[in-house]
Amino acid sequence: MVPRGSRVLDLGSGDGALLQHLAAERGCSVTGVEASDDGFFACVARGVPVVQADMDSGVSEFEDGSFDVVILSQRLQATNRPAVVLAEMLRVGRAGIVSFRNVGYWPHRVDLAVKGRMTVSGTVPHAWHDTPNIHLCTIRDFERLARDLGIRTTRRVLLDAAGHEAAGRAVRLRPNVLAAGAVYGLNR
Amino acid sequence: MATSAGTEGSVGLVETSRVVLFTGDDPLVLDSGATLAPVEVAYETYGTLNADRSNAVFVCHALTGDAHAAGHHGDPSRVGWWDTLIGPGKPVDTDRFFVVSANLLGGCQGTTGPASTNPATGEPYGLRFPLFTVSDLVRVHRKLLAHLEIPTLAGAIGGSLGGMQVLQWAIDHPHDIRAGLMICSSARLTAQNIAFSAVARAAIMRDEHFHDGDYYRFGERPAVGLTLARMMAHITYLSETSMREKFGRRIQDADAPRYRFGVDFQVESYLEYQGESFLNRFDANSYLYLTRVMDYFDPFGDLPAAIARLKEVATRFLVVSFDTDWRFDTKHSLDLVRVLQGAQVPVTFREIASPHGHDSFLLPVPEYHRTVAAFLDRVAREVEPAH
Repeated sequence: MVPRGSRVLDLGSGDGALLQHLAAERGCSVTGVEASDDGFFACVARGVPVVQADMDSGVSEFEDGSFDVVILSQRLQATNRPAVVLAEMLRVGRAGIVSFRNVGYWPHRVDLAVKGRMTVSGTVPHAWHDTPNIHLCTIRDFERLARDLGIRTTRRVLLDAAGHEAAGRAVRLRPNVLAAGAVYGLNR
Repeated sequence: MATSAGTEGSVGLVETSRVVLFTGDDPLVLDSGATLAPVEVAYETYGTLNADRSNAVFVCHALTGDAHAAGHHGDPSRVGWWDTLIGPGKPVDTDRFFVVSANLLGGCQGTTGPASTNPATGEPYGLRFPLFTVSDLVRVHRKLLAHLEIPTLAGAIGGSLGGMQVLQWAIDHPHDIRAGLMICSSARLTAQNIAFSAVARAAIMRDEHFHDGDYYRFGERPAVGLTLARMMAHITYLSETSMREKFGRRIQDADAPRYRFGVDFQVESYLEYQGESFLNRFDANSYLYLTRVMDYFDPFGDLPAAIARLKEVATRFLVVSFDTDWRFDTKHSLDLVRVLQGAQVPVTFREIASPHGHDSFLLPVPEYHRTVAAFLDRVAREVEPAH
């Protein structure tokens, strides 16, 4: 989903491993936005250019169309204003890649329906009161938001609990229940 | 304002060298077309140049700096202006880098400037010294490197006006510098910045002892004007918070106000001291020229042209700002980041929390030093021979 030689922004770039890989293996011109000190210094040690900022304000520091691809990997739920961040991603970038965990995945429904508790599992690994993930959503929620924002989905890859592409007819028919997560290619 | 330092982490005893880089046969040709000769430059070096001459870091000083950035000249309690940053094991690590620090063209600490003798008249230049640009400062730096037989730089670092030189250098010579570090710098002064400079210059030029810049001839100097310029500038180097913490409303040498117009508050005493001590080390004409070079600096003024030039730049940048700096606040740095990134120049940015305002770049602020050290560590690993 990331073309060779493209200009890539990774929002919430963590330790910069993805960007280092894209720079070294795919000749991409990369920039990270990372709020944490640990992540910032890990990026610097890798030689990955990084702007220390939170995702909400960081994405707004760049000019229109400065990137070919803007990545938001497993961080949408940690943004303060997901709709603004998505819109900003597609302002500064020509295309976006967003991945997130699907809170509609059936084990999470079981937690809530049977145990009566907010889910805490491998795919949503924090207690509700102590989590960076303040804006959890389901696949259906996300697709609705994208549509409301006028964002086009160019590609969707459904994920299983291990983070691999989920195969099979069942998950394609009932992704909001059977997929643990999803990756979207987006543009305007 | 030297602070004492132990011998650990110090480059120790150093001396300033001087070299004539431009002569009548080979003058410095400025952006304006004017020529200047001779041009002598005062500089210091620390550390050891490696075998393939690839580990040099150039230190570009700010408005009132000089070549003496690190170590001492005989009294270990009086160290160079960036001794906190430069030395063995320090962020600019002289165990790994060969550091070159030079006094700027137009300065007054050993490099040719308006107080130098004009060979055409046999008298000091004064205001007949040509106006110059940041590119011209870079021309002189590069000539010094040629003299030292250093083909390229591992790094160039500067705060404030120093960072401007780093940026201009990378634009003018896109393959000279591997890593450029701009600390609380700017690509363009705001109207407010220029206004402060204008008042400082007015104080100097309206001093009755200024004599149109020819005060040397009369054995005088515009002491009142230069003192006022420095006092006002110093306010802009500190933050409101740091002034409140450092002085508050405390009274100098007394417990109660004395209700008078002379110095009463501690902050007044401090500014007086800063102004007075500046007289002993700075030439008023140099102050005029070096503030003016900042006013006109605007490398991104023609943005499409600037981006076209930046696309050739092989330098990667570290841009650092301080949250209480209001002289060149974080917005100046973010503007730099936006343009550099837009031209696909790799740029890393961090805003550092520090109470000390613009002055922070001269102080051992731990997160600031950690950031510079991390960025340069990566550069050092790239230029060090593989083991």
